Amino acid sequence: MAKPAPVIIVTGLRTQFGRQVIHDGLDFSVRRGEVMGIVGGSGSGKSVLLRTMVGLIKPSGGNISVLGRDIGSVRGEKRAQIQQRMGMLFQDGALFSSLTVAQNIQLPLKEHGRISGALLVELTDVKIGIVGLPLDAANKYPSQLSGGMRKRAGLARALALDPEILFLDEPTAGLDPIGAAQFDELIGELRRALGLSVVMVTHDLDSLASICDRIAVLVDKRVIVGTMDSLMHHKNEWVHAYFHGPRARAAKLGGQSAKSNAPARVAE
Amino acid sequence: MTALAAPETENGWLESRQDGDHLLVRLGGSLTTRHVGAVDARLRALDVANAPRLEINLNALTGLDTAGAWLVHRTRELARKGGGEVRLTGATASQLALIGVIAGHARPCPPAPPPASSLLRLVANLGVATIGLGAIARDLVSFLGQTVVALGKAVLAPRRVRLTPLLYHMEEVGLNAVPIVGLLSFLIGIVLAYQGADQLARFGAEIFTVNLVGVGVLREMGVLLTAIIVAGRTGSAFAAQIGTMKVNEEVDAMGTMGLDPMEFLVLPRVLALLLTLPLLGFFADIMGLAGGAVMTGLALDISLSQYIRQLQTAVPLSALWVGLIKAPVFAFVIGLVGCFEGLKVDGSAASVGRHTTRAVVGSIFLVIVLDALFSVLFSIIGF
Ligand SMILES: Nc1ncnc2c1ncn2[C@@H]1O[C@H](COP(=O)(O)OP(=O)(O)O)[C@@H](O)[C@H]1O
Ligand SMILES: [Mg+2]
Repeated sequence: MAKPAPVIIVTGLRTQFGRQVIHDGLDFSVRRGEVMGIVGGSGSGKSVLLRTMVGLIKPSGGNISVLGRDIGSVRGEKRAQIQQRMGMLFQDGALFSSLTVAQNIQLPLKEHGRISGALLVELTDVKIGIVGLPLDAANKYPSQLSGGMRKRAGLARALALDPEILFLDEPTAGLDPIGAAQFDELIGELRRALGLSVVMVTHDLDSLASICDRIAVLVDKRVIVGTMDSLMHHKNEWVHAYFHGPRARAAKLGGQSAKSNAPARVAE
Repeated sequence: MTALAAPETENGWLESRQDGDHLLVRLGGSLTTRHVGAVDARLRALDVANAPRLEINLNALTGLDTAGAWLVHRTRELARKGGGEVRLTGATASQLALIGVIAGHARPCPPAPPPASSLLRLVANLGVATIGLGAIARDLVSFLGQTVVALGKAVLAPRRVRLTPLLYHMEEVGLNAVPIVGLLSFLIGIVLAYQGADQLARFGAEIFTVNLVGVGVLREMGVLLTAIIVAGRTGSAFAAQIGTMKVNEEVDAMGTMGLDPMEFLVLPRVLALLLTLPLLGFFADIMGLAGGAVMTGLALDISLSQYIRQLQTAVPLSALWVGLIKAPVFAFVIGLVGCFEGLKVDGSAASVGRHTTRAVVGSIFLVIVLDALFSVLFSIIGF
């Protein structure tokens, strides 16, 4: 099986704030239909990498091509078009606090999908159903939701326009293990059904083991990309510690069984 | 038997054919969020609920996402509910999977509560606002009590007052307000002198312009203007700072650490205002008189020494005290309302904005009401 074409190509990416260098020469790509996990220590620049990939932060060097366009330099209408083909779930949902959950989801549908009337309500219900929010959450305001529900609502909004690429910033952090496992399952299911490419920052070794095809590890301002198995045997000290800690061992045992029955794996 | 045109565009399209009791619906093109609008309307117009045998053919589809999958699912369910037999043909495995996902999760949410009729809403809002006003007044009085208790404790044990935040707030509230307060008071002095000169010159009583400026600035304008500027500048800042802390749950965090928000947040702010507003008011008085001096000098040729001599004879020192005695009261009210509104913030960013506005409007309102009460009081006791 030929390798699917990449949807994101990062070449020589360098990011810095003032004199603090966060990334120094990152090279990697994300293939169509794969789930790529991003891990790294706290403050290693995972969120910054995600923000740079969606074009919120301008890189100070190198470039990032998303869906065939350089995200750092497209402007105006073209930029908006690319942006509509990606969805982002922020670390705490970033829902609009003055709108209900339903209105949060409807905003992109109305603005960009030009959908109205009965279909708008139906599609909102579909999104709310897909992400597994309780029905009565639709008319609640974000401040009335729990953290886990805000994440789901944020995901529903990110999925509103059926993006091709989904960016998730620590989607399962702060969820209970059952909720986190459901979230992983949901991402896997959506990936299969919608052909999504997913870039996901996570500290959750269970997520890494069960749904990520490849993992990008941020260490020392650089990136190391590989599968879980190949990273297990990587020489880097931090990577070794990460994948051989007590938690990693537990996750691997549980994760392998879940992974063995996951269909349609992207060939390496 | 009817056959409808099936335009070959990027948009989704629909073709339907009735063959006896067999209804064939062919869907084609790109059935995605941006392109489903027309197909949706056509599907709704079809009478699938009464079709004994329905076939939905997806052979010609070039794209399908959740929106398209929902349309297929909805149509299928509608026909099933009507008791018909439904077949889905020509779908690829991944399309079937997607429709399956939608079918597994589709449940209608309860509708959003309908907006009440506008007259009803008007009456209801009036009631809510009235009751709310009562509740706010009650809460504010209770907050006043808490603040007085905190102030009392601070007086009894001055060590409990944190010096660093107190000085920080004094700088923010007092020192940084000096330029704007000075400038505006100076201008008010000029305005008073100009208006006075204009009117009094008609009676040849130009020199009394100095009395007007002196009494006006010292008794009323200096302190009142300062209080209004500070309410806008500082009352809003207090409400926004404390409100943002509420949104971030910082105030709750203080509670769990056994730190009293009254002592940590409210006390330094209110104290800073109590200490600096009288000084600002005095500064405003000086600047107002200076403005008057400049204007009377320019418009009426009254020299500075003449101006000062007239001030000394015409304006008693009590005018200064009558003005400045109000300053701590205004300071207390502004600090109280600002902190009170800040602590009232709940959860959302919008709430921070709402309460910040209320802090400004509320404290300016109270300052002017109190100023009027002071005037009445002073006239009764003959000050
Ligand atoms: N807007 C910003 N300005 C300056 N420094 C920033 C900014 N955003 C993040 N940083 C710094 O970049 C580093 C990486 O941050 P982040 O990507 O949020 O970490 P994490 O990997 O835990 O998500 C941190 O040291 C942080 O202080
Ligand atoms: Mg982060």
